[in-house]
Amino acid sequence: MNSPEHALSAKARWVWRETLRIHRRAPETRLASSLSSIEIFVALYYGGILRHDAAEPLAELRDRLIISKGHGSICMYPILADLGFFPVEELDKVCQAGGFLGGIPDPVIPGYETVNGSLGHGLGVAAGMALGLKRKASDRAVFVLAGDGELHEGANWEAAMFAAHHGLDNLNLIVDDNRISMLDYTNKIVGHGDLAGRFAAFGWQAEEVDGHDVVQVRERLAAMKESHSGKPKVLVAKTRKGHGVPKLEGEPLCHIINPKPELLDQLLGEAP
Amino acid sequence: MTQPSQAMRDAFLLRLLEAMRQDEKLFFVTADFGSPVLDRIRAEHPERFINVGIAEQNLINVSAGLALEGYTVFAYAIAPFITMRCYEQIRVSLALLSAVRPLNVNLIGVGAGYSYVVSGPTHQCYEDLTIMRALPNLGLLSPADHVTAAAMFDTCLARRQPKYLRLDAQVLPVVHQAGAPDPSLGFAQLRRPGKICLIATGYPVHTALRVAEQFAASGRDLAVIDLFDIAGFDRPALLQTLADYAAIVTLEEGFKGRGGVDALFFDLLADAPPRPMLNLGVAPGYRFELGSRVQLHEQVGIGPNAVRAALTAFIDRHHL
Repeated sequence: MNSPEHALSAKARWVWRETLRIHRRAPETRLASSLSSIEIFVALYYGGILRHDAAEPLAELRDRLIISKGHGSICMYPILADLGFFPVEELDKVCQAGGFLGGIPDPVIPGYETVNGSLGHGLGVAAGMALGLKRKASDRAVFVLAGDGELHEGANWEAAMFAAHHGLDNLNLIVDDNRISMLDYTNKIVGHGDLAGRFAAFGWQAEEVDGHDVVQVRERLAAMKESHSGKPKVLVAKTRKGHGVPKLEGEPLCHIINPKPELLDQLLGEAP
Repeated sequence: MTQPSQAMRDAFLLRLLEAMRQDEKLFFVTADFGSPVLDRIRAEHPERFINVGIAEQNLINVSAGLALEGYTVFAYAIAPFITMRCYEQIRVSLALLSAVRPLNVNLIGVGAGYSYVVSGPTHQCYEDLTIMRALPNLGLLSPADHVTAAAMFDTCLARRQPKYLRLDAQVLPVVHQAGAPDPSLGFAQLRRPGKICLIATGYPVHTALRVAEQFAASGRDLAVIDLFDIAGFDRPALLQTLADYAAIVTLEEGFKGRGGVDALFFDLLADAPPRPMLNLGVAPGYRFELGSRVQLHEQVGIGPNAVRAALTAFIDRHHL
């Protein structure tokens, strides 16, 4: 029962519960999109993928993580608090005066690198960081988490071309492919088709994973990080927006739906 | 003996080329826009010369990423494209992010105002000062000659913040013959005596000087100020300098009444003793007429003849 696999799954379950609790206290936060990326963050931080330093969040020796889908990362709050980036008490002040954990995370939060409330900026900034690291002869990696919805922003594809041209194999993109944007399924808005195939066509090393299988996600991330074939890399994580919450999961409008507090209480009470 | 003129960008980029030989933390990024000096940077420093292609949004974000890794970045493109095509990238990844993390990214925009005389409204730039001065944390430098432009390289290194440097695409005469003006002041007085003070930035400084010379020939002195640091000028010093004058005239190669240089002075002078003010700028609109820069300027109200006529009427109206 104490296997690393079990520990990761347990941690993911704990983050899921903490995220629900935060949303219960601060309904201004985006819940559904914060539930699809939990296993990705858990694998990065607890699976030994991302080198980080809570005492010095911007230490030169860290691996960089750009959370491009800013809104959908409220689940990072309990993780960063748990790892000591800031006091756990801050979790009681989400969206409150005197706190710094907002409805959308900003880089005043230790552990956040850049401004990501506006979508579609992360990959380009990350590509610049990856290039800078190469020129500094640093072996640190750059990770980016982007949503499939924000890939409608054209700047991503400018960055995708750039990263491939410059052979930025220290750049690791994870797409939280929860397949739902704000108003509908992305394939009903402007479909991405075969997303991994598209990145491959842009010169990237691309693969897919079940984004809620935290053990698989960790394995794929570890392999991706170690791969240096002269190509930037993307892991398309197939996820479900609103994962584990009835009335969110499978609901195309879930981005803007706040579940009733009673439902959240019930889910938290029921959870094993 | 007057100094020979040079293109602003060549003067600036020569300073950069020289500095890149000593400082490995300088990085140059272009959106497929060049110059002869740039060819030398590319040849000498291929590792720190990147052409992102015609992709200004990526230009800004890549520059921000490089700056986050400790580089001092010079991002280079045509003025309207490096300001308007990627405005939100500038807002989010430079102006906003630099409120939290230090970033020295210098946006070098070539083609202020009507510099690209026959290229039409896409390549001309009458909105940049308005939109760029709306952003906090962003420096705004606007030289009137290559001497000032070259000296601004030192300012770019010294001030560790994002900046927009707008350069004229044409070779303009030198107005600062005695050397570059004091960067800490942000403005320089080119003509002092007179009741009326003309303030301009960039190319219109030359128009203001020409008009002042014409008025001087007929016996009336007009003062002229070159405001070259739009965001960082010494406010108390400029207010004190302007206190000597009975009337203020602003002249800009940007849309009049749309938040550019005129608005800057409405704000600056809001608490100063009231006095007549005349704001001259481009009548808002997009035009497709062809002609010389001066001809185009006359059509929109900022050519020497138009300025002289407006000033004469202003003087009569206010009995100056």
